[in-house]
Amino acid sequence: MSSILVQVIVGGLLLGAVYALFSSGLTLIWGMMNIVNFAHGDFVMLGMYVAFVVWTLLGVGPFLGAPIAALVLATLGIIVYFGLIRSVMKGPMLAQILGTFGLALLLRYSVFWGFGANFMTLPENLVGGTYDVLGIRIQASRLLAGVVALLVTLGLHLLLTRTSLGSKMLAVAEDSTAAQLMGIRPDTMQAIAWAIAAGATGIAGALIATFFYIAPTVGETLGIVAFVTVSLGGFGSVPGALVAGLLIGVIESVSAYWIGAVYKDIVVYSLFLCFLWFRPQGLMGKS
Amino acid sequence: MRFKHVLGLICAASIAVALTGTASAQDKTVKIGAIYPLSGNAASAGVHGKAAIETAIDIINNAHPELGNLPLAKNAGLAGLGGAKVEAIFADNQGSPAVGQNQALRLITEEKVVALSGAYQSGITLTTSAISEKYGIPYVNGESVAASLTERGFKWFFRVTPVASDFAKIYLDFLKDMKAAGAKTDNIAIVHENTEYGTSVASVITSVFKENGLSIAQDIAYSANTTDVQSQVLQLKDKKPDVVIMVSYTSDAILYVKTMQALDYKPPLMMADNAGFSDPSLIKTVGKLAQGIFNRSSFSIGPPGSPTFLINEIYKKKSGDDLDDTAARIMQGFFVLCDAIDRAGSTEPDKIQTALKATDLKPDQLIMGYRGVKFDDKGQNVLASGLVIQLQDGENYIPVWPKDRAKTAPVLPYKGW
Repeated sequence: MSSILVQVIVGGLLLGAVYALFSSGLTLIWGMMNIVNFAHGDFVMLGMYVAFVVWTLLGVGPFLGAPIAALVLATLGIIVYFGLIRSVMKGPMLAQILGTFGLALLLRYSVFWGFGANFMTLPENLVGGTYDVLGIRIQASRLLAGVVALLVTLGLHLLLTRTSLGSKMLAVAEDSTAAQLMGIRPDTMQAIAWAIAAGATGIAGALIATFFYIAPTVGETLGIVAFVTVSLGGFGSVPGALVAGLLIGVIESVSAYWIGAVYKDIVVYSLFLCFLWFRPQGLMGKS
Repeated sequence: MRFKHVLGLICAASIAVALTGTASAQDKTVKIGAIYPLSGNAASAGVHGKAAIETAIDIINNAHPELGNLPLAKNAGLAGLGGAKVEAIFADNQGSPAVGQNQALRLITEEKVVALSGAYQSGITLTTSAISEKYGIPYVNGESVAASLTERGFKWFFRVTPVASDFAKIYLDFLKDMKAAGAKTDNIAIVHENTEYGTSVASVITSVFKENGLSIAQDIAYSANTTDVQSQVLQLKDKKPDVVIMVSYTSDAILYVKTMQALDYKPPLMMADNAGFSDPSLIKTVGKLAQGIFNRSSFSIGPPGSPTFLINEIYKKKSGDDLDDTAARIMQGFFVLCDAIDRAGSTEPDKIQTALKATDLKPDQLIMGYRGVKFDDKGQNVLASGLVIQLQDGENYIPVWPKDRAKTAPVLPYKGW
């Protein structure tokens, strides 16, 4: 019994790390520009397909697939910024929401058209098998995703707090007119933010693809959790998203095990709403 | 600005003219609405269903004398309507009961279809058929198994597939035979998704088993578009049931198979209730991790040269996959509907309804392994039946039960990977 409970918690932590990983890109965009990117889940989906194509064409796993996915998605991020975001940011809030939502549908159905509706998966043991540590089973692919989630979080955090590029990005986020007066180009900074965020999302997709199914609609399934993770963690707070992801993963796992799988969302979302009642800025967001 | 308005009006007018033009030119086609999940999580099943209907239309609209006694195959078009062609108007239900309902409304009121087929997910068949009932348009379903669908006293709804209670009896008899052969079947767990399909099938299995002195020890409900199923698998691992029955759609079924392998959990006997576990894309992706799973089916491709074999060849060209049980049942439903329209010799809803009620197809007129097609007062096919198949090599399901229809003996215990 108790060993199974440990397994439930370990499983929850690994799941939570994955939530954190695919939320990190969203929190950056959200915090930097006050734009809710509804296409985020579909960015993850694209990362998964890039990993799948890399594996099909070159026969290699995420060690090459993830960097390629990062590059492809970063490029897409820049295109999306200049092609769509820059213009909708001038419009009302509703235009921003519908703009990214339209982008989500465009990406989803393009993939649908190109790859078909069939589900795909990467081979089971692409990233090693499953470790057995004192009776607790840990999948290498999920562990890798967890470790990368920590590294990406740390990397983004250091970038924003310790580098001049990060300071410039934060300056633009704070007050873009003032930043402009200081000689910072808001356009460049925001394009870089989109590239980094989309690139991180690409890495997340490529890693999740090693243990999840790949389908055009997978972004819908994963997208919602990302929004909850980011708002619980605090808008724009990268470490917040990590803590929130882990928390949600463990709560989901434990409540699904103890109370039942159909009730886990009720538990997670009611705790989430209660928390926002007391602390609307999230775990680590600024009030 | 004013010029734009004028231009818009001209465009609208020309589109309207074009639409009425095509409508009158298509007098000799019979339009049938087909509502399936062409996007959303069940899109894989929906796209295969669409290919199955397109195959049926190919067979009906062109002469296929090689297909034996299959109705409508011999000559081109519907003989009863002077060789009229059949056309399917496809609509995407997006996996949502509300969207399905709107599509049914649109097909009936705007596309003026003479009958409807669909909608794969029982929960959506429920809402779409309510619309056809209201408008008095015949609705033939070949694939949704929730018992409730034919318990609503509907006059326009006809269902060709066996239903959950038929399958529950098949599972029961099969498990009894397995018990007689030495397998343990006392402790049964049922894992099901929580929409109309999973909930109703699970409750029917539970009650049929209970009536026969078998109890379900563990009942695990979950949401089909979940991101994770570790906890559910661990619940099973903790209770160690002898038999696990899975009632799942495709995406969740793939997650279960992968998670069971990751957590090293294998029940001694695992059964699936069709749906996700019959999806060709599940077998392609994780079939090798679910070797030995039992499933229900009413379809087998048959020996080379047989009508079902030839139909599979046509289908394969359209979809790239072999005909699976779900797609075959969708196709069978469509054939039954077109056969009724042909016999009615009319596209009047009343006449099609009367013809559907008089349907009496024999086994050699079917592509499915049913004992025939004949509807009771509720619109349910009373001659539907099924068999148990097993994914022994992880690539192809083979009929294993009952003995007289089996190609090979069932293999126990569940092998997994």
